[in-house]
Amino acid sequence: MSFTKFITRFNRGLLYAFMIALVGFTSLPIVYMISTAFKPLDELFLYPPRFFVQKPTLRSFFDLLTATDSSVVPFSRYIFNSLFVSVAVVLSSLVVCCLGAYVLSKFKPPGAGFIFSVILSALMFSPQVTQIPTYMIVSSLGLVNTYWALILPKIAVAFNIFLMKQFFDQIPDALIEAAHIDGASDWKIFWRVIMAVSKPAWATLIIFSFIGNWNDFFSALVFTTSESMKTLPLAIQTLAGGPGVVARTGALAAGTFLMTLPPILIFLLFQKLIMNTMVHSGIKS
Amino acid sequence: MQSSVEVKGPLQLAPQKARRFKLTHARKRAALGYLFLSPFLILFIVFTVIPVVQSVYLSFTYYNMLQPARWVGLSNYSVLFLEDDIFLTSLKNTFIFAVIAGPLSYCLSFLLAWVINTLKAKMIFSLAFYVPSITSGIALSIVWLYIFSGDRYGLLNNALLNWGMISEPILWNTDPNTIMPVIIIVSLWMSMGTGFLVFLAGLQNVSPELYEAGAIDGISSRFQELWFITLPLMKPQLLFGAVNAIVGAFGVFDIAVAISGMPSPNYAGHTIIAHLFDYAFIRFELGYASAIAVFLFVVTFGLGRIVMRLLSSKDQ
Repeated sequence: MSFTKFITRFNRGLLYAFMIALVGFTSLPIVYMISTAFKPLDELFLYPPRFFVQKPTLRSFFDLLTATDSSVVPFSRYIFNSLFVSVAVVLSSLVVCCLGAYVLSKFKPPGAGFIFSVILSALMFSPQVTQIPTYMIVSSLGLVNTYWALILPKIAVAFNIFLMKQFFDQIPDALIEAAHIDGASDWKIFWRVIMAVSKPAWATLIIFSFIGNWNDFFSALVFTTSESMKTLPLAIQTLAGGPGVVARTGALAAGTFLMTLPPILIFLLFQKLIMNTMVHSGIKS
Repeated sequence: MQSSVEVKGPLQLAPQKARRFKLTHARKRAALGYLFLSPFLILFIVFTVIPVVQSVYLSFTYYNMLQPARWVGLSNYSVLFLEDDIFLTSLKNTFIFAVIAGPLSYCLSFLLAWVINTLKAKMIFSLAFYVPSITSGIALSIVWLYIFSGDRYGLLNNALLNWGMISEPILWNTDPNTIMPVIIIVSLWMSMGTGFLVFLAGLQNVSPELYEAGAIDGISSRFQELWFITLPLMKPQLLFGAVNAIVGAFGVFDIAVAISGMPSPNYAGHTIIAHLFDYAFIRFELGYASAIAVFLFVVTFGLGRIVMRLLSSKDQ
C-alpha cells in the first residue's frame, strides 16, 4: 500500500517538475523581453547575449521617447491612440452586446432564432475576410483616418453577444418576473438585475475585448494611412522595420515591454472571474 | 394567434379581452426587444452582414477601387485555381499549417487544461500558459525573431553553435525549408490561450460528485474518467474551441508575416490571408481578393459545420 502511495507521489512530483519546466519555457520570451527592456546599451549588443540584465537601466525608455522624436508623431500619440480606441470599443461593445444578448435570451421576439443563427455563422468568419468590404463601407461613410473607423466596426462582435447570451440564459426568468412585479422597467431590470447578476460575464467580455483590440494592428493598418492615427502594435512594427533589423534595439525592447503591460495587468485583475464565466461560453450549453 | 373577434356569448368576452391584452403586451415587448437589439443589429448589419454580401458579389467582378466594378463571372475563380501558382503555394502552406497547428494546438490546450486542473496553484499555472496569448503576436514575434535570428547572435543558433551541433548559423526565417516549422512553433505557443482558458473553465464545471458516481459504476483510471465523464460534459466547450481553432488556423497571417516578411523568401511563409492582403491592399485588385475571401469562408464554414455536427449535443 505504501509502495503504491510512493509511486503516485513520485508520479505527481514528476508531473509538477514537468509542468514547471514547461512554464519555464513558455515564460522564457516574456522574461527575456522584460529583462531586455531594462538592459543598458553595452548589454544589448553583448556576445554571447546574456539572458538576464546585469545593470538595469531605464535608458531604453528614454531612447524610445527621443528616437521617436525625429519622426512626425511622438510615441505617446500611439499609446494614446491604442488606449483611447481600446477603451471606447470595450465600453460600447459591452453595452451594445449585452443589450442585444438580453433581448435574444429573455425577450425572444419573432426572428430571434434566425438572428442568433446568423450570429453563430458570423462567428466562423475569419475577421480578415470582411475587411475589404468593411473598408469600402468605412470609406464610403467618409470615416477613413478617423477614430470612428477603428471603433465602430468592432462594437457588434458575434463572439461577444454569443458569450453574453449563453450567460443570460442561465439567469432564471423568475428573477426578472419578480423585478417586473416590483414595478421595475425593462431598462432598469437590464442594469439593476441582469448586469448585476452577471458581473463575471461582462468582466470576461471586457478582458477578451480589451486584449483583442489592444493587440489588433490590422484595423489600424487598413483603415488609417496617416502617421498620427497609428496604434501601438503598428508603430512597433514600423520601428522594427521588418525581420533582422538591429538598429534601435533598446527602444524597440522598451516599446514591446510597454505594449504587453496593459493586457497582463487586465488579466491579473480579472483572471478569477474568467475562470467562473468561460464555463457558459460553449455553443448550446 | 388570431386576432379576429367572434363573440358568441358575453361569458367569453373576458378571456378574449385578456388574450387581446396579452397580444398587444407581447407586441410591446417585441418592439422593446427590437429597440434594445437595434444598436447591435444596425452595427452588425452595416459592418458584418453587408460586407459579407458585398464580398460575395465582388468576387464575380473586376474591381480596382478606381473604376466601377465590372462583371467577369467566374473568371476570378478560374484564375485563382488554374493560373495563380502563388495562390496554390499559399493554399498548400495554409493547409499544412492548419492540419498540423490546428489539431495540435486544440489537443495541447485541452491536455494542458486537464493536467493543470488537477494541480495545486491552478491560478499561477493558468496565468503562465495564458500570458503568451494575451501579449501581442507582433510584440512577441520580435522576441521570437531574436531566438530564431539567422546570425550568430540568435539565441538558438548561439546555443547550437556552442554545443557544436552546427558549424555555421542556420537562417531560420529566410531559409524556405525552415520558415514553416518556425511559424508553426511560434503560432502553437502563441495561440493556445483562448481554447486553454475555455477548457479550463469547462473543467471547473464538471462536479466532483460525477467522478465519485463514476467510480462506483466501475470507472477506474483517469483516462476512463476523461473519456466517459469529462469529455461528454464538455461538448459545448469542445465545440467552441474547435470552431476557434479552425478559424485561427486558416486565418494565420500576422505571425507568418512578422517571421518571414512579405513576400516571404520563395513564398515559403505565404498564407491565404497573406495572398488576400497582397491583392486587396497592395495591388488593389479587390474582385480577385474577394474571390480568395469567399473561398476561405467556404472552407472554414464547411469545416465548422462538420465540427458542429460531430460535437453538437443531441438536442440540436
